[in-house]
Formats: sequence, C-alpha cells, structure tokens
Amino acid sequence: MIPFTVNGKKRNYQGPAFKRLLDVLREDFGLAGTKEGCGEGECGACTVLLDGKPVTSCLIPVCQVQGRKVETVESLGRPGRLNPLQKSFAEHAGAQCGFCTPGILMTASRLKKTDPEAVRLGLAGHLCRCTGYAHIVESVTKAPRSRKR
Amino acid sequence: MARLAPAQVGIGIARTDAPQKLTGAAKYIDDYKLPGCLHAATLRTTIAHGRIKKVTFDPSFPWYQYAVARAADIPGQNNVLFIEHDQPLLTEDKVMHPMQAILIVGHPDRAQAYEALKHICVEYEEEEAVLSIEDSLAKKKLLRGEDNIFKKLLIERGNLDDGFSQADRIVEGEYRVPHQEQAYIENHGMAAWVEKDGTIVTHGSLQCPFYVHKALVKIFSRPPEKIRVINAVTGGAFGGKEDYPSVIAGHAALLALKSGKPVKLIYDRHEDMAATTKRHPAVVKHRTAVSKDGKLLAQDITVFMDGGAFATCSGVVLSRGTLHATGPYECPNVRVRSCAVATNTPPNGAFRGFGVPQTIFAAELQMEKIATTLGIDSVELRRRNAWKVGSITSTGQELKESVGALKCLELCVRKSRYEKKRKEYALWNRGKGKPTWHGIGLALCHHGAGFTGSGEVTLASRAAVSLTKDGGIKVLAASTDLGQGAGTVFTQIAAHTLGLSADLIQVEVPDTALVPNSGPTVASRTTMVIGRLVERAARQLKDELVKTAGKVPQDRAGLKKAARALCAGQPTRRCEVQYEKPADITWDDQLYRGEAYGVFSYAAIAVDLEVDRLTYEVKVRKVTTAQDIGKAINPALAKGQIMGGTNQALGYALLEYADFRGGWMRNSQLTNYAIPTFVDTPPMDVFLVEEPYSRGPYGAKGLGEMPMDLPAPAVVSAVHDATGFWFHAIPILPEKICAEFIKAQRPP
Repeated sequence: MIPFTVNGKKRNYQGPAFKRLLDVLREDFGLAGTKEGCGEGECGACTVLLDGKPVTSCLIPVCQVQGRKVETVESLGRPGRLNPLQKSFAEHAGAQCGFCTPGILMTASRLKKTDPEAVRLGLAGHLCRCTGYAHIVESVTKAPRSRKR
Repeated sequence: MARLAPAQVGIGIARTDAPQKLTGAAKYIDDYKLPGCLHAATLRTTIAHGRIKKVTFDPSFPWYQYAVARAADIPGQNNVLFIEHDQPLLTEDKVMHPMQAILIVGHPDRAQAYEALKHICVEYEEEEAVLSIEDSLAKKKLLRGEDNIFKKLLIERGNLDDGFSQADRIVEGEYRVPHQEQAYIENHGMAAWVEKDGTIVTHGSLQCPFYVHKALVKIFSRPPEKIRVINAVTGGAFGGKEDYPSVIAGHAALLALKSGKPVKLIYDRHEDMAATTKRHPAVVKHRTAVSKDGKLLAQDITVFMDGGAFATCSGVVLSRGTLHATGPYECPNVRVRSCAVATNTPPNGAFRGFGVPQTIFAAELQMEKIATTLGIDSVELRRRNAWKVGSITSTGQELKESVGALKCLELCVRKSRYEKKRKEYALWNRGKGKPTWHGIGLALCHHGAGFTGSGEVTLASRAAVSLTKDGGIKVLAASTDLGQGAGTVFTQIAAHTLGLSADLIQVEVPDTALVPNSGPTVASRTTMVIGRLVERAARQLKDELVKTAGKVPQDRAGLKKAARALCAGQPTRRCEVQYEKPADITWDDQLYRGEAYGVFSYAAIAVDLEVDRLTYEVKVRKVTTAQDIGKAINPALAKGQIMGGTNQALGYALLEYADFRGGWMRNSQLTNYAIPTFVDTPPMDVFLVEEPYSRGPYGAKGLGEMPMDLPAPAVVSAVHDATGFWFHAIPILPEKICAEFIKAQRPP
C-alpha cells in the first residue's frame, strides 16, 4: 500500500508499485483532468504538482510519491467557481481544444514571475498546438497576482 | 419593457466551454469510464509492400482471456468508405503500407492488450516498395490502376502560347514541401458498444460524425438508424480527425460486436503519429511569362502530390491545391496540371489548408523569383497583379465582392514596417562581427471557403435551432468543436439573431441521433456555411416567437410561456433549414470552369527573423499578419485561430520534419518530431480586415485554414533576405543553411 496526499485528501493506493502516477490519478482515483499527450514527458499535458513543484506524471512511478503531496487541476476552481487564474484563461481565450490546459494551469499556478518573457520560459515544457501561445501568456500575465491556487 | 440584449456578434465573449475545459471537467473520450470494457490494441504490418503469408498465435499465450477481431468477422464490406472504397478496414492479404491494421485484440487491462501483440507472429512475402512521387510516376511498381494515379486535374484559361510569345522574361522554378504531422495534443481515441436493439454506437475524438456514420453503415451492413456516432470533447484535430476516425471507429465497433462488450481504442502518441494521416508532400513546378513591367502573362504550373497507399481525400486535397496554385493574381493565360499518386506509405489526408499550403508555397516563392529576375520589389509585383473586385480567376470565376487582398497587403506592409526593415537589415547584414543576420519576408494568399465547386450543393447541409417546451433554445448541427470554438460562434450567431443574451442558448452535442447532417467540420466552412444556416434557422424561430408572443421574450420564463403555444404538445419546436444553392453559382466539374468557391478569404503576412551566424538557427522575432475574414463573429477566437495556424506553419517552415524511411515515419514521437514551443514562438500582431461577404452570417467568411497557407513562403523570403540563399524546400533546418554556405564556399 502506498499512502500519499492528493488535493489535500489522504489516499492509499493499492496496486503495482511502478504504475504511472498519471494512470493512478486517472484510473484509480477518477481524476481525469490530468491528460496524457505523449507518454514521454515531452508535451507537459500530464503535469501535476508534487510537493508544490510541477512534474510530468507520465514519468513518475507511483511508488515515488509515497508520503508526498500531489495536486491536480481538480484542486483549482470548479466550473461554477473558477479561481482567478482560470478566470483569466477564460477571459483571454487561453484555452482552445483544452487538452494541454490542465497541465499548463498547474505549472502557471506556481510561476513566481509573470512578465511575458518569464511566463514563456516558465511554460516552455508545455506544448500547445492550437493557440500559438500568445493568449496563454496573456492569460497568465493578466491574472491577479494574489491568485488562489 | 424588457431590455434588449446587447449585440452578440463581433465581440470576444469567453468560450462557452471554458469552465469545463479549465477545470478538468470536460470529458474527452479516454476520460469516460466504460464498466466492463475491453481495451483494444491493433496489430499492424511491419513491411511497406507485399503479402501476408501467415498469422500465427503463440499457443502458450492465454488467448482465452482475449477477444480478437479479424477481417473475417466484418459483417459488411471490408473497406472504409470515404470518397473511394479502396482502403480495407483490416488487411488479410495485401500489404500496401507499414502500420496497416491486420487485427484487433481486446483485454480488460490496457497493458495486457498491448502485451498480446508480442505473441502474434506475422510472416510476409515482401515486394519492392514505391516510396517517392518520382518512383510512382515512373511506375516502378504498379500499386493502383494502370498508372498509380489517384486523380488528375487540368485547369486551362486563355492560351499559354499567346502569353509566352509576348513574354519579356520567362521564369522557372521548382518547389518541394514535405509531410507534416497534425500533432493535436489529444491522440486519436474511440469507444464503441452495441445497444440491446442492435444499434452500434461509437463515441470519440472526431471532426465529422456523419463521415464515420457513412463508413460504419457499409462496414456493418446496418440500416443508417442502427448506427450512431457521438462526438466527445475533441482535443484538437486540424484535419487529422477528418477521415481516420472512421477506421478507428470501425475497429472498435467490430471488436465490440465480436466480444459483446464495450470497447475503448485509444492510440498512444507513437501509434497516432506512425499510423494516421499527414499533410501530402508535394512537388510544384512553375513556368511564368512576364512583361518587363511585372505583369503576369502566362502561368504554366504542374503539381504532384504524394497520396500514400489509399485514396482517402487525396483527390479533393489535390483539387483545392490546384485551384489555389496561381496565387491570388490576375493572369490571362493559365494552365495548371496536377496529379496525386500512390506510394507505399500510410495514406496522407486532410490537414488545415488541404493542399493550399503546398501550392501557395510555390506560387509565392515564384513571385519572389519573378521580382528578383525583373529587379522589381516583390511587394510592388504583388500590387500590380493581385486580385481586385472584378478580377477573373483561373477557372473563369469573376470576383464580385469581398476581395480584401490588397487591403491586407498594404496593412501588413505598413504595420510590419516592411520597407524600412528591409533597408535596416541590409545595413545590419553588411556589418562585421554581428552575431546574427536579420531578414524580413512577405507573402500574400487567398483561401476559398466552403467545399469546392458544387460540393456545398451536393452536401445540402442542414442545421436547426429549436425551442424546447421548458423554454430552452438549442442549436443543432453536426459541426464539432475541435477547439476552434464552433459551439461559441453558433451560440453568438443564434443569440444575436434572436436578440437574446448568449447564456440562453445551448449547443447540442454533435450526435447523429440528435442533430441534422450539417456535413463535415472541414474546409473553413463551419462559421461561413453552417453559421449562416444557424442564422437562418434562428431568424425563423424569431419570426415564430414574434408571431406568438408579439416579441422575442428576453428570459427563460417568457420563453417557456411562448413555448407552450409554439411546441403545441411536442417536446420541441424545431426550425430546420437547408443550404440553398445561390442561383448565380455554377461549376463544371469536368472542365474545372466556373465558381470554384462562393468567396475567398485573403491574408498577408510579414515574418521578421534572425539567423545565428554560428549555429545557423533561425529565430522568428515577429510576425505581422492582416487577414480578411469578412467579419469576426468572435474577434478573440478569430485571433486565436490565426495565431495558432500561423505557428503551425512556422513549424512547417522551420522545424517539422517527418523522417520517412522505408515508408515509415521514424520519428513518431513528440521528442524528435519538433513542433514550436512557447520559446520558439514569436509575438504576433494580428489585424482583422473585414470585407463583408453577402452570403456569410453577418458578413463572415472562412478563416480556420488560411493562417496555415502563407507563413512558409514568407519565412523562406526572410531567410533569403538574411542569408542571400533561396531555399526551394522546407523545413529550413540549421544544417540546410550550413550546407548552403559550404556549397557556396562563403564564410559566415
């Protein structure tokens, strides 16, 4: 049994120790907001926070997260109650197909600097094929600084 | 008196699906739990051309845990009907390309399903493969018919000899473009199950529900009402989910039928990239007669496209490419000859632009070459030849309205400070000890919106707006939201037409059991053609509401009250309309004469870049583009489309290289098929030009594909401006630039 915290809740995972964290979140815990885009850590769609740091959950065997804190997109706002960062994405057309969006939101929620150049560098590990990125950068730079994660 | 809702068209409201997409609540196909489902995996061919001799199942493997579907299990035709029916759903004998599907296995555990593929041995009898356009034309092996040709087209206007005999100069050029992968972030995926009444249901990531429906009817030999196709939230498509979903739906549904269990068939990135369709590689040759003052006198153009192993949509990609091959320029004498040929590679298919990025690449670089030959500035050359209202195209179509080509060109030249930068960069590049060369390049293009020729008449699309008895208003159309914002745009058009606020409108899920057939979500037709149907349907409902209630009620309670009378005991009052052929549009599909498109959109772009003198890397510093889209229903979404498409094209020009060897894409991973990232992507200034189209909703024309058409030639010109070398092929990888310097024995 592997205990760890997901979105503030204590969870116990039972199953193969080398199952990908991505699959554990999606299949065992029903948190389907985290997406698989490439399965090799290249696209960033599966990004979650591990002890507050963004990681690609497709490259993390679940045994590595024992006793640690995992946060997924479901820890941000809900459809009827978006958090300020999510609201900014809605207002500035930061999402199109939406598939890369949960991962980007997780990394963006932890960016310390939010000037456009810092945002581009900070999000460089994420691929988006729809937007050409500018609206994502704008969504992050224009989100209120004291945003609630 | 109730306040009238403010205008809904022309404003950048937030996407209607934003709350779901921003919280992880939007459900893409792999997010659905299907209790008791099997996960499917596909056994594929490993050779490019030949025959399957024998398929052996490892006798020591626990096959009793698995379901297996093979060609013999197909109740109807073993082919995926699209335009032709040459592509088998599963191959049992002939192998035409690597990654062709042989059989489908299913297991309750996804990993176990893939494990089974290692326990099936396929023996082949291999034949020589045809892997290039040249080999196919030379009939190195006959793959199809008598000449390996899927489709051949000819456009003729005027008399070539007249043009060439008057020529002051004759300019020739040959241009090449490679495969390109759509690289949507959500891979292909489909779920399927069989209902108790025998209805086969497929649910998945797709663009065109009724295309899948049409193919499944034949594969399963079922009446149309016993096949149902539902669109899940789709994570990008770009054309890549136009025809291939029919294959995956067929596979998933066949296994569901065989096993009696629901099936999920989700591709991983490698399988998605290696097996599914790409942009057609092409070779385009130009021979142009020009006068010394820069007027085009004759254009003789030849286009060859590599269709891959099966027809899919190659014929229509070729058609669109051929119709755009002249560029948006007047020329009295034109001949365009084109053909699409078969090779032993996975079938190429639809990809944003649909043949146009290929031929515009050539047309625009040819303009540059002509300008250089004549010593005229290429902007000036474009000014002298670009289409205006009244111009006649290569098919004899007179452009009667909404021609924003020159407006886009002038705006783009001004906003990018193109002329000033040309001079500045010439100075910079002469300077010694600079770390970079600078360059700026420009391109102009057109894009015909909607289906080609009589396509829209044949499709006869339908869409509806309905009032439910509880006062809800729903838009019903088969057009899918792939990320482009179709649902939001329909909401705005319906709300605006009815004079209501957008939150009173819902858009139905594209589900063949619920919505009328609006045709496919392709060809930059969704806003322009289907949006117009939505407008007309909403107008009809408005008239009925006004007749019943005196005005359109402005809230749910008022609508509910009106619905009582309008629905007359039925659950909904549905106002459905169908596309009507404008009387003055004629098209001859044999001669390729007439109105090829209802209208064209136009765009100009300036690409400003630098080339590193040490590494030869190209960094795009700035893109400025002006695009005439008739009317932006939602300017924020329109700009998002333009920037996204532009970036995809910058990738096409500079980064994206599908490494095909032996008929295989060897770099079928996002790790080594490089698409532009946050840091590769330049800031973009996008200017919307609105030359309204009288038959579009509120003046709107097509917009989705055009941004993909024109950046590549602008990049090539900018690289020439920076380095002095012309590239006739893309992508311009650093090693290509390096090779030019070595060849020219020119020190950097």
